[in-house]
Amino acid sequence: MAKVVFPDHLLATTQGTHELETFAENFRELLLQLDERWPGCAERLAKCAVAIDGQIYQDAFLEPLQADSEVFFMQRIEGG
Amino acid sequence: MTKVQVAASINGEAVEFLCEPQETLLDVLRGTLGKTGTKEGCGTGDCGACSVLIDGRLVCSCLMLAAEAQDVEVTTIEGIATDDGLHPIQQKFLEHAALQCGICTPGFIVATKALLDKNPNPDEETIRYWLAGNLCRCTGYDKIIRAVQDAASELAYEA
Amino acid sequence: MAEAVDYKVIGSRPIRPDGVDKVTGRAQFGADHNLPNMIYGRVLRSPHAHARIKSVDVSKALAMKGVLSAICGADFPGAQHGEVGGEGGGDVADVAKNVMARDKVLYHGHPVAAVAASSVQIAEAALEAIEVEYEVLAPVLDLDLAMAPDAPLLDEKCFTKNLPEPPDKPSNIAAVMNLKRGNVEEGFEQADVIVEGEYRIPMAHQGYIEPHACIATTNEAGQATVWCCTQGHFEFRAMTSKILDMNIADLKFVASEIGGGFGGKTVVYLEPVAVLLSQRSRRPVKMVMSREEVFRATGPAAGTHCKIKVGAKKDGTITAATAWLAYEAGAFAGAPMGPGAMSVFAPYDLENFDVQAFDVLVNKPKVAAYRAPGAPQSMHAMESTLDELARELNMDPIDLRLKNAADEGTQAPYGPKFPVIGLRACLEAAKQHPNYTSPVPEGAGRGVAVGFWFNVGMQSSAEVHLNENGTVTIIEGNPDIGGSRASMALMAAETLGVEYNDVRVLVGDTESTGFSNVTGGSRTTFATGMAVIQACEDIITQCKARAAATWGVDEDQVEWLDGQAVPAPGVNAELKPLSLADIAGNAARTGGPLLGRASLNAQGAGAGFSVNLADAAVDSETGKVDVLSFTAIQDAGKAIHPAYVEGQLQGGAAQGIGWALNEEYIFNADGVMENAGFLDYRIPVASDLPMIDTVIIEVPNPSHPYGVRGVGETPIVAPLATMANAIRSATGVRISDLPLSPPRILDALERA
Repeated sequence: MAKVVFPDHLLATTQGTHELETFAENFRELLLQLDERWPGCAERLAKCAVAIDGQIYQDAFLEPLQADSEVFFMQRIEGG
Repeated sequence: MTKVQVAASINGEAVEFLCEPQETLLDVLRGTLGKTGTKEGCGTGDCGACSVLIDGRLVCSCLMLAAEAQDVEVTTIEGIATDDGLHPIQQKFLEHAALQCGICTPGFIVATKALLDKNPNPDEETIRYWLAGNLCRCTGYDKIIRAVQDAASELAYEA
Repeated sequence: MAEAVDYKVIGSRPIRPDGVDKVTGRAQFGADHNLPNMIYGRVLRSPHAHARIKSVDVSKALAMKGVLSAICGADFPGAQHGEVGGEGGGDVADVAKNVMARDKVLYHGHPVAAVAASSVQIAEAALEAIEVEYEVLAPVLDLDLAMAPDAPLLDEKCFTKNLPEPPDKPSNIAAVMNLKRGNVEEGFEQADVIVEGEYRIPMAHQGYIEPHACIATTNEAGQATVWCCTQGHFEFRAMTSKILDMNIADLKFVASEIGGGFGGKTVVYLEPVAVLLSQRSRRPVKMVMSREEVFRATGPAAGTHCKIKVGAKKDGTITAATAWLAYEAGAFAGAPMGPGAMSVFAPYDLENFDVQAFDVLVNKPKVAAYRAPGAPQSMHAMESTLDELARELNMDPIDLRLKNAADEGTQAPYGPKFPVIGLRACLEAAKQHPNYTSPVPEGAGRGVAVGFWFNVGMQSSAEVHLNENGTVTIIEGNPDIGGSRASMALMAAETLGVEYNDVRVLVGDTESTGFSNVTGGSRTTFATGMAVIQACEDIITQCKARAAATWGVDEDQVEWLDGQAVPAPGVNAELKPLSLADIAGNAARTGGPLLGRASLNAQGAGAGFSVNLADAAVDSETGKVDVLSFTAIQDAGKAIHPAYVEGQLQGGAAQGIGWALNEEYIFNADGVMENAGFLDYRIPVASDLPMIDTVIIEVPNPSHPYGVRGVGETPIVAPLATMANAIRSATGVRISDLPLSPPRILDALERA
């Protein structure tokens, strides 16, 4: 099961859920699942960066998820 | 206000121009004369980006009225290279990667020329204090100093 | 996959392709561009730090001879909402209001109106004829007072974001962030030693030597062209299109050469104003900021108030750490408190931590990025506290960090596990460096600190054109701030197998090349480099196909070696290799011109860690600090052009040293900056600094074909604490607030 972790500042969006486990083929499918669970959250989550198995993506979409992937939502970074 | 008529020599070329009494030499160089190599970083004589030579003397052109250029020899960055190519100072700045964004570079090159014309063999401290009037925000000055040292050696070798 | 390789050209130090124009004064920077028939724009700025705008009347200005247009906030389309991008997640509406105030002015210098006239003098006179009625309000200038529940509010509609329960009262705290792991109470109980520190850092400016400048020209078809100095012309185009409600397709942005940015030129200030003035006057409008305007009204770095608490065992293992980090956002939300919070403990493998961060509105200019935004401030606090911890434990400060250092597989404070990183390598290099093993000079003190930045990838596009003579022209979309053209040429030459001098690099405007995100975020060599490499690989594939056609063999029987198509082993060895010139010469017959391209959203940016060392002597009579030596050690993954990598390390070090020792925004009680010039906003000059020693560590980033990690931002992070720790060593006194300027040092020495 892929482990999905939300930082504290997204807890309002995830109705207090900090962590969950689920199956999803890729990030897009994960977002659809989350949006079903918490309708409307996908819009907010799509604005986040997400780290999948240690690799940070500013704009994740079709990135595949493995059976034991770790997914962390985080704030986007641009830098200067 | 009546404009002032000025006749000067700029990079060895006789030039005549009209300017407002309050215009600085920097304004005229960059505006009227189209020589944009000399830069404006602050307009108050603090950054050295507008450095030119007036009769061989290092001056912030933003602190000099254009009208004061009557009968003087002005050297700008455009006058540093010659028909033979880049001046050794310019060449060394390139070789030492002594520029990153390049905005301060014309000022530094002119200031360095003034230094080496006066003191062909300056030590590191002398170079740093001479160039203290030229601000650079990109390089931390290290490679600039090395370029100046190398240019000094090169010029001494050529002399 | 990057392996230890002997590269042909990567790692060499050739002269940059744009160098000759930059040492002769030919290169065109933002204010160097002029257009026929142009007029000059100037901005009227608020004299108050906080006020309601009751009315703006530009009619008298417009009536003056020589004035061709005059505008104010009401002339802008209703601000649209949308993401601007970047850490702050700032709304486009905020950027639009920052470009020109609507109902309120929120800092001294906030634009209120603008005119365009036939000369700068007439424009300046016209500003004086504009009548603005203000209802002056008390400014909120102190970070802590701004956070208090009863503070006067900058924005009555601002409700703190990210709280567990939505708040019922507005606040100057625009947002909070909390990162935690484990149980800090238990962690502190396990500690043998606990050290706390409280630190304040002032607002500081990026200090680029080139003021913002642009020239905008428009036509009756609604099209506009803007030349400007910018870190990202595509992003400027996007912002301008949103602020002016214009079709992106009608906006062309051309990036001039840029005289420094460091994050401060990733946001628009003048450009939408110039376009609107040009539309109204039907003339090209040139606008150049004065140095004073740059200080007062662009985007400095956030000032902060930080509190750190660290607990450790006798052997140096950190058992718990907490951080309370408040950042000034300035007039609108968007302080980099997120990255500050994520980076503060990033170098360390911690079981228990708790970070609270705050984005706080104050009546100061809206902050923008300044290299590694947020990290210098929070990490100064942590690295200073670790220095005290090392003293308490009687432990070498590098050993303390080695004891807790993050490594491959360590879970970063923001969640994911680190891939391979170079922190340990930097720490080991520091420990063995002569500048660390040598005795500290008499009367001086030595300081150490660690730096970090995430680095990003983001979007880049590149094209490769094969010229008829076999030379190659690369077109990409990243303004060249620090030698990136040279790095692109090196990566292209390496990939193609040709000479560096056979490659040209061009930075295209928004109509001539594909989309690229800013030059910033330490991403150019990494992401745009990746696009250039892939575009070269694309053209190699095409060249091999052309060679196959020329030889009459199948494509899979052709290989590419040292810049030439060669027959694969086993295929007809009589076939002579075909160079790029050969292939180009036959291009018309084999299918036409050869053009390679790539566009990507680069993934896998590798984090950059650093360690800095400094020796400093303090004059106890004057408080002056002499920086006797400074060493910047940083993991670059792979240095494409080592001289420009060294340049980033040295430049960032100088900025960090300046911020540590002298730089600060000094505001009076009315919120007016008192030192808005280079005389009194004191950045380092050549006589302030020694040679800056550098060590480039190379722990290759597996995600980049040549192992590149971004290097541009990390360098500014460690110097703040490095200097603070050196001065602590030199004087025996911990001075927690920056800058460590002579008056502060003398005061601290006196009180000690």
